[in-house]
Amino acid sequence: MTDELPKTDAVAGDSQPTGGEPLLRIENVAKRFGTFRAVDGVSLDIKAGEFFALLGPSGCGKTTLLRMLAGFEAPDEGRILLGGKDIAQALPHERPINMMFQNYALFPHLSVRDNIAFGLKRAGMGRADIATRVAEMIALVKLEGLEKRKPDQLSGGQRQRVALARALARRPQLLLLDEPLAALDKKLRESTQGELMELQRRLGMTFIIVTHDQEEAMTMADRIGVMNAGKLVQVAGPRELYEAPRSRWIAEFVGDINLFDAESKLRDGHRLVVGTRDAGTLVVAEPRQPVGESRFSVAIRPEKIKLSRRGPVSEAGREAAINRLDGVIADICYLGGTTTYKVKLDSGGLVQASVANSARLDVDAYSLNQHVVAWFTPDDCVVLPS
Amino acid sequence: MSARRIFARPARFAAIAPYVWMVLFFLVPFGFVLKISLSQTAIAQPPYEPVFDLTAGWTAIRAAFAALSIDNFRLLTSDDLYVFAYLRSLIVAVTATALLLLIGYPIAYGMARLPKRWQAVAMVLVIVPFWTSFLIRIYAWINILQHDGLLNQILLALNLVGEPVVWLSTDTAMYIGIVYSYLPFMILPLYATLAKMEPALEEAAGDLGAPPWQVFWLVTFPLSLPGVGAGVLLCFIPIVGEFVIPDLLAGSNSLMIGQTLWLEFFTNKDWPVASSAAIVLLVVLLLPLLLYERLQRRQLEER
Repeated sequence: MTDELPKTDAVAGDSQPTGGEPLLRIENVAKRFGTFRAVDGVSLDIKAGEFFALLGPSGCGKTTLLRMLAGFEAPDEGRILLGGKDIAQALPHERPINMMFQNYALFPHLSVRDNIAFGLKRAGMGRADIATRVAEMIALVKLEGLEKRKPDQLSGGQRQRVALARALARRPQLLLLDEPLAALDKKLRESTQGELMELQRRLGMTFIIVTHDQEEAMTMADRIGVMNAGKLVQVAGPRELYEAPRSRWIAEFVGDINLFDAESKLRDGHRLVVGTRDAGTLVVAEPRQPVGESRFSVAIRPEKIKLSRRGPVSEAGREAAINRLDGVIADICYLGGTTTYKVKLDSGGLVQASVANSARLDVDAYSLNQHVVAWFTPDDCVVLPS
Repeated sequence: MSARRIFARPARFAAIAPYVWMVLFFLVPFGFVLKISLSQTAIAQPPYEPVFDLTAGWTAIRAAFAALSIDNFRLLTSDDLYVFAYLRSLIVAVTATALLLLIGYPIAYGMARLPKRWQAVAMVLVIVPFWTSFLIRIYAWINILQHDGLLNQILLALNLVGEPVVWLSTDTAMYIGIVYSYLPFMILPLYATLAKMEPALEEAAGDLGAPPWQVFWLVTFPLSLPGVGAGVLLCFIPIVGEFVIPDLLAGSNSLMIGQTLWLEFFTNKDWPVASSAAIVLLVVLLLPLLLYERLQRRQLEER
């Protein structure tokens, strides 16, 4: 995974990792509950050692997909190949896959030690080996001294660690994590994210995490699969997903975005001159995949929009192709690190601009009803089919 | 506590209400029974002596106290009839409770795994027999089990037996009656614990490599133990003292303690012996209760 910003249209083929057989291959998998298609023709390859996130709103099918990987649901169609072997119909206890459950599902009648040893005993490991492995796991998740406690004598964070140790103890080929951090408070969640990533790298294991939290997915995962209404709508690295979303829905789901519906377009060399209702004429970089006659929108992230009191006078400003929009500040939202301004354009439309608060004193801040110019370059715009 | 303070603090009054209830409806009657158990039978009204007469003065009451004895309890231990009745009651109660657990557990488990709206229906189906009088339901079983009853007719029609089987007045009939009558008391507490168990726990056990039978024995069953305990107690205790079902469905060659009590009270008119038998029964039944309470307290302390 490179950090280079890919071209807007360089999204095809990213669901096929290059080189070698994938550890997990999901082929055209579908699951229906009654007439509801929970998972609808999903195909996905996951390499060994990858940290993959399934991201989507609730009810999008990501948990159902994960449950099919664990074996709690059988797919109605398609194949699930683990190391080349179809496991779609195998029962949970027959799969070399372990899962960390959303509410941890720790056995309340067993101690921390017995919870972690549960899977090892089922695997028929010797007593001495089990003791060694359990001690190793307890050290790994830093739970020394709590071995004899029952789950309800532990804090939320400690429980989360037991669940992780229990799921890792069998050294599964694939670890599934169902919203593993949802029950933790924000600070603990952030530090645990770092620990999970560190652990995954150190153990060289393959993780698939399900989350509805896009920041969590972007922070931890090498690649993110976005799901909506049972379909996998885009698979990409965090940066590509954010900067080159494949559709309007993805652009709006991942982060904030300003969207301008296109009404007309005109080619001008490598640029596209687009007429919009709210923002007038915009100059955007031409996407390599032609938009044809279909309807499309011009999208731009709030932090790509610069604000100034007068028009841009920088070098970039002298370039004819800069986009500038005149308006007044309609709303100010101070968030600490950044401030989000809503600018009411002369055309009536609203534009959201996010400005980093890089100085402590607010000499650069704008006030309500102040006239500003919002400007951005053609390369910061993304063309999205409607 | 003065009357004014009681009215000022209704919550505190509510807290002592159960104790008032216990004293009025348990301890006082228990005192009467205990006193009768220490008396001697007599052809009189009431049929025992001494009788406490509070109007007869202090010396008479002292004399009455002196006349109390534990002879009846000696009789209970020396006469085989009573010892066998206790033993039979315990054996019947243990066997019937085991049968109830074996039959009730799968039903409760199945109910707890039904879709939510069907669980309510199943619950009503379990409770519905209570809407008919208990006695009528037992008489219905007599009809079903008698010589030309429904059961024999079905068995004959299916050619499973050549001639009618004798069901009535056998232990089999009694067990059928007991299991049938007490099944809801076993199912309901089991269902309550199984229904509130997090389904993810069973999934986690499967995920960690346990085949379904291990999932049951290592996770489901241990976690349902509070329900098992409650169900077992709810069935075992009343079955030990059961009178109607063995009297109507079982044979008359061996009696349960409830039947023996009835005989002593109404046929032999020996209230003192019947009372002492009742006291011994109470003590026998207190043991499992105390044991269960100890277990529960230990579980609470572990938390």
